Amino acid sequence: MNTQKPTIGLTETQSQNVSRRTFIKGAAMSSALAGVGFAPSQLLASMPGEINNQPTVTRTNTLSGTEFQLDIGTSIVNFTGTPQIATTVNNMLPSPTLIWREGDEVTLHVTNHLDEMTSIHWHGIILPFEMDGVPGLTYDGIMPGETFTYKFKVQQHGTYWYHSHSGFQEQNGMYGSIVILPKEKDPYDYQYDHLIQLSDWTDEDPADVVKNLKRMPDYYNYKQRTVGDFFSEIQEKGFTAAFNERKMWNEMSMMDRDLSDVSGSTYTYLMNGANPATHWRGQFKPGAKVRLRFVNSSAMTFFDVHIPGLKMTVIASDGNLVQPVEIDQFRIGVAETYDVLVEPEDAQAYAIFAQAIDRSGYAIGSLTTDAEVLAEIPEMDPLPILSHTDMAMDMKDMDHSMHGGMHHSQHQGMNHDMPAVDHSQHQGMNHDMPAVDHSQHQGMNHDMPAVDHSQHQGMNHDMPAVDHSQHQGMNHDMPSMNHSQHQGMNHSMHNMSEVDANKEVADWPVEQAKIKWGPHTNMRAEDAQYRLSDPGVGLRNNGRKVLTYADLRNLYPTRHDAKPDREIILNLTGNMERYMWSIDGIPYSKADPIHLKYGERVRITFINNTMMNHPMHLHGLWSDLETGDLNYLPKKHTIVVQPGARISFRVNVDAKGVWAFHCHMLFHMAGMFRKVIVA
Amino acid sequence: MKVHTKTAQKLPGLVAFGLIISFFVFHQSAYAGMMDEPLVTKFTMDKLEISNAKNNPKKWELDFWVMKDIQRIVFKSEGETVDGETESENMLLYGHGIAPYWDVQLGLAYDTHEEESHNWGVIGLSGMAPYFFETDIHALVDSDGNLGLRANTELELLITQRLILVPELEAEAYSANIPEMKLGSGFSSLALGLRLKYEFKREFAPYIGVAWHKKYGNTADFSTEDEEASLVAGVSFWF
Repeated sequence: MNTQKPTIGLTETQSQNVSRRTFIKGAAMSSALAGVGFAPSQLLASMPGEINNQPTVTRTNTLSGTEFQLDIGTSIVNFTGTPQIATTVNNMLPSPTLIWREGDEVTLHVTNHLDEMTSIHWHGIILPFEMDGVPGLTYDGIMPGETFTYKFKVQQHGTYWYHSHSGFQEQNGMYGSIVILPKEKDPYDYQYDHLIQLSDWTDEDPADVVKNLKRMPDYYNYKQRTVGDFFSEIQEKGFTAAFNERKMWNEMSMMDRDLSDVSGSTYTYLMNGANPATHWRGQFKPGAKVRLRFVNSSAMTFFDVHIPGLKMTVIASDGNLVQPVEIDQFRIGVAETYDVLVEPEDAQAYAIFAQAIDRSGYAIGSLTTDAEVLAEIPEMDPLPILSHTDMAMDMKDMDHSMHGGMHHSQHQGMNHDMPAVDHSQHQGMNHDMPAVDHSQHQGMNHDMPAVDHSQHQGMNHDMPAVDHSQHQGMNHDMPSMNHSQHQGMNHSMHNMSEVDANKEVADWPVEQAKIKWGPHTNMRAEDAQYRLSDPGVGLRNNGRKVLTYADLRNLYPTRHDAKPDREIILNLTGNMERYMWSIDGIPYSKADPIHLKYGERVRITFINNTMMNHPMHLHGLWSDLETGDLNYLPKKHTIVVQPGARISFRVNVDAKGVWAFHCHMLFHMAGMFRKVIVA
Repeated sequence: MKVHTKTAQKLPGLVAFGLIISFFVFHQSAYAGMMDEPLVTKFTMDKLEISNAKNNPKKWELDFWVMKDIQRIVFKSEGETVDGETESENMLLYGHGIAPYWDVQLGLAYDTHEEESHNWGVIGLSGMAPYFFETDIHALVDSDGNLGLRANTELELLITQRLILVPELEAEAYSANIPEMKLGSGFSSLALGLRLKYEFKREFAPYIGVAWHKKYGNTADFSTEDEEASLVAGVSFWF
């Protein structure tokens, strides 16, 4: 081991005391043990100062100004008890937090001390494409020994991040946060400002993680269904019901407990580079307002975040201010950022608890008045189990006789964890309309974007008495229903609803590439619906107010934005068994670029034909997410497409050049990627 | 484990043939891109076991594949050695994904039985049937036009996340007598196994189990032991 390399994370004393098992199991650690080897007060964020009437971000490893030198190299880290070599910026993990100011021109010299090519991509930053930092797309990358100088004007403010866009360097530690201070003070007052950067660390070579998944797709899943689970279900429900519940999954060779490709069996989850044993801590004084800037810099992990005892007020999403919404918990997808305000009243330690989506571990930190006092570690929530809703899908090879076999009762049995609304109707439909076969169903959903299920849902919520007959009526007409009928129907619905997201539907041409179903794809979302108000698997009806995309409304009106000129439908596809990912069944290496016209406004709709969440990131252009109110579309850079769901967003094509457009799950990215050319 | 001399002579040829095929197969699919589908290999020793049957036969079952995207080259070998006599079935196959969970396979099989050997051409299917049955079905044809069929399916039942029960079924049938291989026409053999393994890690699992096999029809006539049940113990591992 090269002892000259600086060590980050645990000190050696700690690494002897803390076994790997302790970390990966996320077991409760006594605060005494966690404190061994360093003075906690050194880690405690101090009282903020003031820049430009804004509180500064309190982090020890921050760099601010307009000119930056970033050195990419390797450092020894120790998160598990075994020292490992990480890829780092300025010998820090996370990389230093960069503080920029809106309106400034920043210059960043990035020097590569590695023996392989590297790059830095500024995630969510609006800039000329040559500065975007995607090797092979926007530049050649930074070769060993070379320095590349990025220079661009900062045109936005908020919480963002940066990371390597080369190979698996990001998984290996190369990520940092960016905080851009606004030109004019934003409308919130707060006395403390803490960055909470979440990430996942593995001691394995990330390339080996991918190979393990290729050799054995459930390699990291130690929360699979057992024979015992099946027997207890038989006891509970009887053999037939238990068997029928399993039937669809078994016929499709899929698992309802397949939530994360990579789990806590290899990952140690970090908060600001601290594992659960070293426990990040941030200061507050009772009664003060605290801004927490959450950044999910994981390679592969979604986190469910809550702070027991505190309400959080979400004020920004992906850097952009939204209308404040008070919540208990939120799910943060890979690459997303959320800013929340909290007001802890009591002089105690509050746990910032970020559970991995598959409950195989967590990242934790404390908001505390005293660095020696750590919050108690909350219990993890139960293991989420995927429901039929999360599938909204059907296997391509399944024949119609099998479909026929899925009767009402079985259907019902499978729908435990669903948002109650839509499927009850669905069931009704299947029951009443045996003649509606699946090909028609499919045809409707694919070819008629006019069927906006978010509206359906919204309406159903508001008018339970009305919707059923309407729905039924619609279904009766369905086999023969044409576009205009459908539209008319939506309008009448619209009259009864506040939401008018669909008013414009079908005013524009819709483009969908031919989808290549085959060995590369093992699922097909047959009935993908808008599920904006669905908090997602594992968070439904959990007794907390959980943030959903339906809650996100831009703080500023967006009604001046033009109507889209056209719509592009993209199907997210994959085969989990072969562990390969694609868009429209075609991996990036075999795909044509997406061409957008400079100056146009385009609507993009994703349909997720997989059982995984995919955080889709469009570089260089804002994604205006349709969350229900066209007048207040929130701007995002990363949009989570839930399993089996569809979602739409609009893009002002206002930046020429070549842009990357991809799933931000690092191991999905190779295939689920498109080059976008704006000319 | 003793490998028959003839086997030893032919196996390198088979492997070389495989390497040549893989070069052409994978070379043409090497495209430019940021991160291509990686070339992945896997060696699996599915069974390496000893049984308490007469003379304590030792048995192996292994496969090795090289895969890129939906194409792979597969080498499979299984057999038994008892009292210094070895019989084995070996295949070298090119597999191509045709459905989400299925590869079609094409290649050669090379059987050995004591001093004798036999060559086959093979076409087959390998993959996962509904309800998670890992299944292989291979149709064989030799230069005389004799046909054979070999099928195998197994299931992993999780008692816990690491303790796994694996029932298995294997069956063979042939269109003609092949006396030097001790194979008879018609349905020739059926084997059932039930093994309980413990995955210390994903890559390493010792197991114990019971195995039963029976030979039928003309095949049984070639054999002195046409039905046998035994206890087995072994290890499975992969890398």
